[in-house]
Amino acid sequence: MRSVVAILLLIIVAVGISMSLAKIPFGTQKTKIGGYYIDKGVEETGSVNIVTSVVVNYRGFDTLGEVTVLFIASIGLGAVLTAGIKEKTGKTQPASLVLYTGCRLLFPLILVFGSYTFIHGHLTPGGGFQGGAIIASGFLLIYLGCRERRINRVASNLAESLGGLTFVVIGLFGLIFGGYFLLNFLPKGTANTLFSAGIIPVIYIAIGFKVGSELASIIDNLVEES
Amino acid sequence: MMSFLADYIYYIGAFGLILVGLYIILVKHNLIKVIIGLGILDTGVNLFLISVGYITKGTAPIFSRAEIESEQMVDPVPQALVLTAIVIGIAVLALALSLAIRLYQHYGTLNLRKIREQRW
Repeated sequence: MRSVVAILLLIIVAVGISMSLAKIPFGTQKTKIGGYYIDKGVEETGSVNIVTSVVVNYRGFDTLGEVTVLFIASIGLGAVLTAGIKEKTGKTQPASLVLYTGCRLLFPLILVFGSYTFIHGHLTPGGGFQGGAIIASGFLLIYLGCRERRINRVASNLAESLGGLTFVVIGLFGLIFGGYFLLNFLPKGTANTLFSAGIIPVIYIAIGFKVGSELASIIDNLVEES
Repeated sequence: MMSFLADYIYYIGAFGLILVGLYIILVKHNLIKVIIGLGILDTGVNLFLISVGYITKGTAPIFSRAEIESEQMVDPVPQALVLTAIVIGIAVLALALSLAIRLYQHYGTLNLRKIREQRW
C-alpha cells in the first residue's frame, strides 16, 4: 500500500520534472555569468583555476557560510555522540603486521598529497575541500589499520579554529584595506605560478586545515562510539 | 527517440538517481536504508547541477596551458557549487549516522515503524 502511494507520487514528480527539463537544452552555455568568469577571471583574480576563483574570490562569503555549515555539523555530531554514558566495548584485535606497517607507510604520503592538493588549488584541479578530504582519508586509514592510535584532540581543535579564524581575519583585512569583506588585497603576481592570486592560496590553505581536521574529528567520534 | 536519449541522458540519469533516492526514503523502514537513500538523492542533485553546466566537448575551466580556448570551457559556477555541496553532504550523512547510532542505543532497533510504536 505504502509503496503504491509512493510510486504514484514519484510518477507525478517525474512527469513534472521531465516536462520542465525538456525545455532546458543540454550541452550549451546557459548562464552569462559563467562566460564572464571565464573571460575575466584570470585577469581579475590572478588564479588560473576559474572554479577556485569563483569559490574563494567571487563567492568567498558564500564559502564562509558553507564552512560554517560543516563546522556546525561536526559540532552537532560530537554533541550527539559524546553526550550521556560511555560504555567501553570489548578489546579489539590488533591488525596484522603487514596492514599495520602499510598504513603507517602510506599515512605521510597521503598527508603530502592532500597538502599539495590544497596548496596548488589555484593552479590545478583541487583546493581546500578536496585536500581536506584527502587528509581525512589518511586519518581514516590510520584508524582502520592501527587500532589503538588516536588523533590529538587538542591539535585537531587548534587546527580547526585557526583555519576558520584565518579565513575571517583575512576577510576583515580586506574590509580595512579596501572597503569590503574578503577583498583580494595582496599582490596578484604573474598567473600560473605558485605565489600568485593574492589571498586565494592563503584562504584555501586555511580551508584545507579546517576541513581536514573537522572530517578527522568526525571519524574520531564515530570510531570512538563503535 | 534515440536522439532524445542521447541529448538528455545525463538529465535522465541524474533524475533517475533522485527518484530512486526519494523512493527509498518514502518506502523503507530501516533507518540505515533511509540514510543511504539520502546519499543517493544527494549524488543525483550533484550530477544534475554538473550536467546543467556542461558544454558539448568542453574542458575543465583551468587555464593551465596557453593554447586552451575559453570558448570550450564548461560553466564554472555549478562546479563551484557542487564542490562545496559534496563536502556538506558528507557532513550531513555523518550527522544522520550519529543520530542513528543514538536511536539504536535508545530503542534497540532501527526499524522506524517499531520506533514510532514505542514512543519512549
